Amino acid sequence: MEKKEFVCIGCPLGCNITVETEGAEIKTITGNTCPRGADYVTKELTDPRRIVTSLVRVAGGELPVVSVKTASDIPKGKIRECIKTLKNIELQAPVRMGDVVAENVCGSGIDVIATRTVEKE
Amino acid sequence: MVDVVVIGAGVTGCAIARELAKYEYKVTVLERASDVCEGTSKANSGIVHAGYDAHPGTLKAKLNVEGNRMMEALSEELDFPFKRNGSLVLCFDDEDRPKLQRLYEQGLENGVKELRIIEKDELKQLEPNISDNAVAALYAPAGGIVCPFGLTLALAENAAVNGVDFRLNTEVQNIEKTNGGYRVATNHGVLESRVVINAAGVYADRFHNMVSEEKIHIIPRKGEYCLMDKKVGGFVSRTVFQLPTIYGKGVLVTPTVHGNLLAGPTAVDVEDCEAVNTTREGLDDVLKRAALSVSHFPAGQVITSFAGLRAHEEKGDFIIGQPEDAPGFFDAAGIESPGLTCAPALGRYLAKQILEYLPAQAKKDFIGTRKGIPSMALAGPEERAKLIEENPLYANVVCRCELVTEGEIMDAIHRPLGATTLDGVKRRTRAGMGRCQAGFCSPKTVEILARELDRDMAEISKNDPGSEFLTGYDKDDIEE
Amino acid sequence: MKKDLVIIGGGPAGLAAAIAAKEAGVDDLLIVERDARLGGILNQCIHNGFGLHTFKEELTGPEYAGRYIDKMLSLDIPYKLNTMVVDLSEKRTEGENRKLVTVMNREEGLYTIEARAVILAMGCRERSRGALNIPGYRPAGIYSAGTAQRYVNMEGRMPGKEVVILGSGDIGLIMARRMTLEGAKVKLVAELMPYSGGLKRNIVQCLDDFGIPLKLSHTVVDIKGKERVEAVVIARVDEHLKPIPGTEEEIKCDTLLLSCGLIPENELSESLGVEMNPVTKGPRVNESLETDREGVFACGNVLHVHDLVDYVSEEAAQAGKRAAAYLHGALKKAEKEIPIKAVNGVRYTVPASVDVERMENVQVVRFRVGNVYRDAAIEVSVNGRVVSSRKKKVLAPGEMEQIVLKKTELEQVENLQEITVAIRQDV
Repeated sequence: MEKKEFVCIGCPLGCNITVETEGAEIKTITGNTCPRGADYVTKELTDPRRIVTSLVRVAGGELPVVSVKTASDIPKGKIRECIKTLKNIELQAPVRMGDVVAENVCGSGIDVIATRTVEKE
Repeated sequence: MVDVVVIGAGVTGCAIARELAKYEYKVTVLERASDVCEGTSKANSGIVHAGYDAHPGTLKAKLNVEGNRMMEALSEELDFPFKRNGSLVLCFDDEDRPKLQRLYEQGLENGVKELRIIEKDELKQLEPNISDNAVAALYAPAGGIVCPFGLTLALAENAAVNGVDFRLNTEVQNIEKTNGGYRVATNHGVLESRVVINAAGVYADRFHNMVSEEKIHIIPRKGEYCLMDKKVGGFVSRTVFQLPTIYGKGVLVTPTVHGNLLAGPTAVDVEDCEAVNTTREGLDDVLKRAALSVSHFPAGQVITSFAGLRAHEEKGDFIIGQPEDAPGFFDAAGIESPGLTCAPALGRYLAKQILEYLPAQAKKDFIGTRKGIPSMALAGPEERAKLIEENPLYANVVCRCELVTEGEIMDAIHRPLGATTLDGVKRRTRAGMGRCQAGFCSPKTVEILARELDRDMAEISKNDPGSEFLTGYDKDDIEE
Repeated sequence: MKKDLVIIGGGPAGLAAAIAAKEAGVDDLLIVERDARLGGILNQCIHNGFGLHTFKEELTGPEYAGRYIDKMLSLDIPYKLNTMVVDLSEKRTEGENRKLVTVMNREEGLYTIEARAVILAMGCRERSRGALNIPGYRPAGIYSAGTAQRYVNMEGRMPGKEVVILGSGDIGLIMARRMTLEGAKVKLVAELMPYSGGLKRNIVQCLDDFGIPLKLSHTVVDIKGKERVEAVVIARVDEHLKPIPGTEEEIKCDTLLLSCGLIPENELSESLGVEMNPVTKGPRVNESLETDREGVFACGNVLHVHDLVDYVSEEAAQAGKRAAAYLHGALKKAEKEIPIKAVNGVRYTVPASVDVERMENVQVVRFRVGNVYRDAAIEVSVNGRVVSSRKKKVLAPGEMEQIVLKKTELEQVENLQEITVAIRQDV
């Protein structure tokens, strides 16, 4: 039996969760306040994912960049690649909050969307 | 060929330049830094000393008392903040009374007016926060406080308006005697000049020794300071010194002319002419010693700390005038405390010598006055409304802590010898000098500087080249 | 100009307060915002993690602000941008108490608004290098984390390439990740205390994910570099938080970010003479979030620094609602204010007192603790008698805690004198 400690990031409560595993099998999960905690540690052990937030250049806007995020979490291992993809995008103002900036980023099936509106200058 | 080259645009160099601007001279000021007031003049106590400190008969004593008397009228002519708030020298031990008495007599001999020794009761009445350990004090109502940036900038701008050519980012590399004067080599070419004035602060020995065999030696003497929030600016209303004791020279606690509280300086001789770093020991020492003068010193209200280097010449007095072996080369060297106070008198004193050496006519169209940047923070309601009516940018606040508006920053950039750096804006307007220390306003000020100077934001620096704020765009260093 | 209600600040607190006041029937109101856009600091907080409590989804700062801005616009709440409040004072005439809010902006110049009530929602500022009194040179490259955040997230400009962060507050942690994602090398985060001041999730997501070391009980003791930062020297500190000689380590970097605490911006409150709480550095407020000045309410980070914006919105809505009640004459004068005492590890409470008659049925009391506690309990006592005790696996200074007071329960207490909130460790 192996013990692993996690701090749940599912919500700001940040529960301290202990997982006992045997090989690839999860035996017990303790310390979570809600079921999301169990989901989180299971995912961290098998398929860790993160929401990525960053910036994309905007031409002719009130701001030179627009903030963006992955519409939901993407595999942790793809964060770097996602950022590289965003480096090569330039949008034209106006950009609306919620606009899709990049579809299916890095083949994750997840879109990158704008998180603010940037009006024309 | 110019008539006069002034090396150094600190308060001394600017005072001399402004004095010479009254005559038909072609004057060029060479300054290594990107702005005037970048050396000793920007990091000192901002005190207009009454004049009891210096030994009678020295240049320091003579120019101090003269400079002090000139300051009031000059502050009106050139519109910079000055206040005659009075100063106190505290005596903590009855055994030290003879020293206090000597200081008093020295002051009288130097010509300081209204000096008197006061006892504990009166002292506490004048300054309720003074330590109970103080037994008596020397009270000098003639002591004052001045904004060192304000004074230097006012002198410089007025000199510039009257035709003095300021060359910033220009470092003097060599000085050679020629038939008719001196050849001054800089990183931006060579200048021929009849007269050279050496007002180079901690570097003055370097230039003096290039032309004279009577060597001098300047020792940079570091002074560290702590500046407190305006909330405690009224903690004392006079400048409070300590009588030197066996424990050292002591530090002062003073309100600044802008309403902060200032404590310092330490006095440590250093080798490096650029060592304007503060140290843990130094800052702790300032706070510890300040707490001797006043009860419940508000050490928790520090908003910034800084260090300056005084140009201490090893013989102890100012060196002003021509070395015997270098006619036409005029020193203004070893200008340590009370150099700020002395500056106006020193300028006049040296100008007289230069006039004797190289006679010139008085300039007929000399403009003797200068108007500073109107301050929204200091303006009353009516004046504020008027300023906004004239220029609506005076209603757009950039620095919230010190209430500095876009109008003031624009003025700072576009006036003679305008600001090109964040520190330049700060010294001219106080934007970023408040309790958040430019956390909120620096990006805005950088943006305004970039816009007004038609540069990219990445080219805007804190002060000298190399101190730019921004290093690139997002994802520049993400490899593809 | 006359207004029933002026809200100073258009960040999350001001927006939520305005919406609540309007929904409670205050039509003659105005938000005064000094920046060029509504939303306050949320505009530059482009990371996710906002709104889980309020909207049950994970939003970024601009999105969270956007929800409130949309709501506010749909309610036709008037606001002024680029408008600075330069003075706040009171005018008392018989039977009337007016607040004089002097503002200025480019379009309208300088003028005074006479308000019947004011909500203070000015937010907070970051502790500067100067206030920390860190020795060393004063080169370019030293930024508060929030200043760097603005350069990166609003302008797309990098303030440095090799970064050391002092302070593990949330903004510092968030900036460690932001700088890393945008191509900078974050060398380490140093934290003076033996624990982090930030949320655990941020330590996991912003540091651990990127292999950025967190050095607890460390501080910066020297800054090197004359024009630009060239290195900082860090050292371990002892239990009195003093650097231990011999533990110094020089870290090459061109940038030092500071995330060493936030300070409520109460210069206006102080100019009005509002009584302050020295612990929070915000006004002392009662159950209605009303300061000791009648008709002057406070909410959000100007009142006390929050960990989550959701709580700011919730608290601000309460302030808006209570201000509306005040304006409608439904908030009787506070007569018997029962102090809430913060003892034994509880640093402060907001509110600091309750008037049982004035309070609503459920009163949330928020506070922070002064240390890290494991397996402790939050204990509430009334007149010295313990009335509730709630076990907590962990309590940390970085996370705000709360208890709930019930009006019905307090009404039953005979001769109510005081309420106490304490941490008990022997549970």
